[in-house]
Amino acid sequence: MTIHPTSPQFKENAHAALGDRELQRALGHVRQAFIAKRAAAAEALPEFEALRDSARDIKAHTLKHLDLYIEAWEEKVTAAGGHVHFARDAEEARKAVLDICRRVGARTVTKGKSMISEEIGLNAAIEAAGLVPVETDLGEYIVQLRGEVPSHIIAPAVHLTRDQVEADFRRHHVHLDADRDISTHHSLQAEARGILRERFLAADVGITGANFLVAETGTSVIVTNEGNGDLTQLLPRVHVVLASIEKLVPTLEDVGQLLRVLARSATGQEMSVYTTLSTGPRRPEDPDGPDEYHVVLIDNGRSSMLGTSFEEMLRCIRCGACMNHCPVYHSVGGHAYGWIYPGPMGAVLTPALIGVETAGHLPNASTFCGRCESVCPVRIPLPKLMRHWREREFERHLQPATVRSGLTFWGWFATRPKLYRAATGLAMRALHVAGGARGRFASLPFAKGWTDFRDMPAPQGGTFQSQWKAKRGRPGTAA
Amino acid sequence: MDGRAAASRKPLRRDVRVGLFVTCLVDLFRPSVGFAAVKLLQDAGCIVEVPTQTCCGQPAYNSGDRATTATIAAQVIDAFAGFEHVVAPSGSCAAMIKRHYPELFADDPEMLRRAEELAARTHELVSFLADVMGVERVDAAFDGTVTYHDGCSGLRELGVRDQPRRLLGTVRGLDLVESANTDVCCGFGGTFAVKYGELSNSIVERKVGTVVGSGARTLVAGDLGCLMNIAGKLSRMGSHVEVRHVAEILAGDTEAAPIGSPTR
Repeated sequence: MTIHPTSPQFKENAHAALGDRELQRALGHVRQAFIAKRAAAAEALPEFEALRDSARDIKAHTLKHLDLYIEAWEEKVTAAGGHVHFARDAEEARKAVLDICRRVGARTVTKGKSMISEEIGLNAAIEAAGLVPVETDLGEYIVQLRGEVPSHIIAPAVHLTRDQVEADFRRHHVHLDADRDISTHHSLQAEARGILRERFLAADVGITGANFLVAETGTSVIVTNEGNGDLTQLLPRVHVVLASIEKLVPTLEDVGQLLRVLARSATGQEMSVYTTLSTGPRRPEDPDGPDEYHVVLIDNGRSSMLGTSFEEMLRCIRCGACMNHCPVYHSVGGHAYGWIYPGPMGAVLTPALIGVETAGHLPNASTFCGRCESVCPVRIPLPKLMRHWREREFERHLQPATVRSGLTFWGWFATRPKLYRAATGLAMRALHVAGGARGRFASLPFAKGWTDFRDMPAPQGGTFQSQWKAKRGRPGTAA
Repeated sequence: MDGRAAASRKPLRRDVRVGLFVTCLVDLFRPSVGFAAVKLLQDAGCIVEVPTQTCCGQPAYNSGDRATTATIAAQVIDAFAGFEHVVAPSGSCAAMIKRHYPELFADDPEMLRRAEELAARTHELVSFLADVMGVERVDAAFDGTVTYHDGCSGLRELGVRDQPRRLLGTVRGLDLVESANTDVCCGFGGTFAVKYGELSNSIVERKVGTVVGSGARTLVAGDLGCLMNIAGKLSRMGSHVEVRHVAEILAGDTEAAPIGSPTR
């Protein structure tokens, strides 16, 4: 029931995205705003680079001892009156959630933004069970209205323009007076808020994700900017937290360190507007809170990354900085990647979760420019890990035969320097002549991917090595 | 360090033995960049030699073929044994040797030692001139407005940023202007440019937009891969912005036609 990946059609998806004028307009925002804001936030905090080291170390340490921290955390959750449900895969996770909903007789379920919920295809399962899932994050709400998945892990509707959202609201909010102005961000928000208020109050179960699970206290932590997470988890009778295993951190102090890099990396804020810590259900002396508190702890492929080079990917705290800074994401947006997680983090994580034979384009569609790694708050070597996926593909002969034979042909020459010199000397002279006086090619049959869009500069003639050898022979020019 | 101010004219040493890793693209497509690099190194007081070579191995490395890459790397390690420094007119190839060769031999202690030893004495050309040889000015003239594009590997893996701008600032008649987003990739990415041509094109379109927007008449960078990509896009668009390797400008060696321009 999880969404069917279109990652094998990445090129077709990218082609469509590049031709989508509304999408290209919307992506202009990503190319500018996120980057400037993060840079300013990092600049304003002298210890930011040191905090990134510390954030990396906290997550790396936790992953090394994940079994111990999960045990300690479970004990604390249980002691606080909460319930932990372990789910090996998406199906077990969906079942755990639906079992809770059925047992409490739920009809309506509100949801805070949760990428793991998208990963396990929860909304479709909730609907199939006859319940109504209501996304309460504005972006996620819009995406749900449109029957889409988020195109960005922190800004789900970043692929849309305001005009498109207005049209969606007019289509779905049938009560809307045609004369009412909802053409501004503010009026759109007010309209969504009016609808969602009723849903918050009506909900029987509230489902949120978690940014962190704290082993020391059994606490789950969420950060939001809209406050929808608080209403989702405080108003219904039952609060269900969905979290994947790598959300564990040892202590609240660690959470403090990670929060200092999270919002700065994501949106350039010092802190998100709301940071909410939940420990167990409502206690008798609490003014509010749910009667039941559940955590569904989901593996879904992650434990197989532990102990491999891909373990580093599990440090990810889902800030989105990598995609905000990615030239490929800037060109095509998130949906082209064809599954749940886009951008550089998706290019590494997706093959681990759905298989490199399905998601092979993702780690290949990168220039390895390294800008993602340069802004990652937990210093994940994303290009290196994408390269590791390419190595797995090479080992398993998954690349197209033409790519592989071209590479073999080139490698054969490159490892035979004398032959290489002779062959390239001839080839470059021929290409130089073919390039003629224009000094470039408008079309080359073996590099159409290049020449369909730009010219190929022609070589100058003889190779450097042959000219160098010739010059050295003459007196006065030897070095 | 009082002597450093005059380093470009009176080097402290005249016997620094440098092996030039010319890079496959310069070797095959634009030998004039290699000769400009030789001139700059010699002017800085280096004795330059060019051992027989092919490529640094990036096409294989980035395609996931570690075995071929290791064979090529071992070849480079052998060819450049014994030089005091190894210099490449490319941030990308220098970073390959400096940052990635050691990773290739993580399981082979002897080769790892040799890879690390080579990495320690390998440099990108302009940062080598500025940081190692103490070159503070060049003896060159170039009439016009120039903008510099930061190649990704040089910038992020080797910290090459200020050195080329500083030296370009000493070229007589040259007016250096900054483009927007110089730290953003041009979309080349080696085989990426051919395998994902349409995507690569959309990235280079944004890049040339910033170049044209800067008002510069000439774009320079330290990597021929980026330069061929940007030059190819500019000429396809019918732009008159000229494209050159930074070494050509710094060496005052602009006899060759700009990249992708008609021969003259």
